[in-house]
Amino acid sequence: MNNLVVLPMVIPVLAGILFVFFRYQITLQRWISFIVMVGNIGIAAYLLYLNQIEGIQRIDFSGWKPPFGISFVADSFSLILVLITSLVAAICLVYAFSSIGEEREKMYFYSFVNFLVAGVNGSFLTGDLFNLYVCFEIMLLASYVLIALGGEKAQLRESIKYVLINVLSSWFFLVAIAYLYGSVGTLSMAHISERIAEVGQTPLLTVISIVFLTVFALKAGLLLYFWLPGSYSIAPTAVAALFGALLTKVGIYAMFRVFTLFFYHDHSITHTFITVLAALTLIGGSIGAVAYKDIRLIVTYNVVIAVGFILVGLAVATPEALEGSIYYLMHDMIVKALLFLIAGTMIAVTGTTRIDEMSGLIRNYPLLGWMFFIVMLSLAGIPPLSGFIGKVLVGQGAIEAESYILLALAFISSIFVLYSLLRVFLQCFWGETIISSEDEVPMKKGWIIPCAILTIATIVLGLGAEIIFPYVSDAANTLLNPSDYIDAVLTQD
Amino acid sequence: MEILIIILSGVLFTTAIYNLLQKQLLRIIIGTVLLSHGAHLMILTMGKLKTGLPPVLTEGVTDYTDPLPQALILTSIVISFGITGLLLVLAYRTTQENNTDNMEQLRGKSNE
Repeated sequence: MNNLVVLPMVIPVLAGILFVFFRYQITLQRWISFIVMVGNIGIAAYLLYLNQIEGIQRIDFSGWKPPFGISFVADSFSLILVLITSLVAAICLVYAFSSIGEEREKMYFYSFVNFLVAGVNGSFLTGDLFNLYVCFEIMLLASYVLIALGGEKAQLRESIKYVLINVLSSWFFLVAIAYLYGSVGTLSMAHISERIAEVGQTPLLTVISIVFLTVFALKAGLLLYFWLPGSYSIAPTAVAALFGALLTKVGIYAMFRVFTLFFYHDHSITHTFITVLAALTLIGGSIGAVAYKDIRLIVTYNVVIAVGFILVGLAVATPEALEGSIYYLMHDMIVKALLFLIAGTMIAVTGTTRIDEMSGLIRNYPLLGWMFFIVMLSLAGIPPLSGFIGKVLVGQGAIEAESYILLALAFISSIFVLYSLLRVFLQCFWGETIISSEDEVPMKKGWIIPCAILTIATIVLGLGAEIIFPYVSDAANTLLNPSDYIDAVLTQD
Repeated sequence: MEILIIILSGVLFTTAIYNLLQKQLLRIIIGTVLLSHGAHLMILTMGKLKTGLPPVLTEGVTDYTDPLPQALILTSIVISFGITGLLLVLAYRTTQENNTDNMEQLRGKSNE
């Protein structure tokens, strides 16, 4: 029992509710929501440290022992993700302070950001399947509002599609839960895993696993990503950065949980499915990333490629590959937030979204340009930066599992990432400058500082791989040995 | 009994998906409502439709229906109610702003 485990979800919820009463005190809302996120970083870091000493932490609500009550379970994988989520949310909030505009701030913007983070953290920490559904809905409802907030034509149009596709995937989730409850008769994740291990993975359970795969593929944008580019490219920059960094990652997390904890018995069917989906996602994302001249679309298709890449690790499921995926997941959350923020800043200073209308920005905004350069190298996986170690480990895992086609696709997709971003870099930052020094939009500190912090974070994550490694390898270990998780949850203390 | 209810929820799913594929926005929303009805029925059926008393503790009764699916359904009814409310308002605003409720026309640069 450790009451700290629930705090990353509870504190943002309470803050969000508090803001309803202080609608016009924007400064207060800004400060409190920033402090909440920083506090969450501290809590997650402390829990991560505790995890190394005492093992997996959990809390049973109102003393009901699992499997009868709902519990929150914090293993290294969840906590790493909570930590990065809080970091990214804090930085996106700083960006939002100077970019989102007073109109939106007065319409409960910070409440909804807090609810979004609460939903994301809850999804990472929960140990109950139906509770996972509820946390997904908290997160999604907040995201529906954030995407439509402001009520511009394009926003309304895309938000309708976004809401509809998510209603459909929630329906899939409900039906999948119903099927699973009908066949194993429990909802606690550890208990489900235990019961599936007892009866063996019958064909019926394999079918249910495919339904789960559909659900999380829709949420994460694994092949079923047709809704993603539209809805992620019309939101305001800070919101788009939050979405790009957090929302699809929750789907990926859920997929990792489900396919390492419940359905790990019949690799030949489920993992072949994931392999094919990951391969197609890599191909589709790569084509999308090089096809467009709208910088927002290039960036959103890069999200799709990353989803495919992370799922390669799950598809081959060797220890190295899982470590690599977890590493890449951390890196991707930070770098995607940074990429969205830089792209948004470029749009803000030039007033256009098309890359063939921008040129020579490096003259006016050198710092922004070099940060974009670093992001590009980091995403492509150039050694000192954070993308490298994840790619190497995933590649190593794929070689061990002898899935060479997947390996080739994963690494060729890196070239496409590099090409798509290099195109943006050369087109927008190099060349003849289009902005004269008179009508140059001054770069706000609130724009450049969040980007700088994230750039430092990606460098630190790359250089400090050795320090982070024990946590990552612990997370991969728990994923590979479901018995650790089950023992931690179902032992009565 | 389970067979009948499963066929019923199958029919609900079919009509729901037919409605979701229509062009008119309101029909699509009706589709989502039917979809959640079907899912709720499905959860109830999956908890086995044994004959038993309502799950309220009373003296001398030992045979109750499964209370867990009912709690799940109650939760998910509230959630889908909230989403349907949001969706209806969103559809109203979209129709006002974009001057059309036809999904075929709600796309592309022309509506920006």
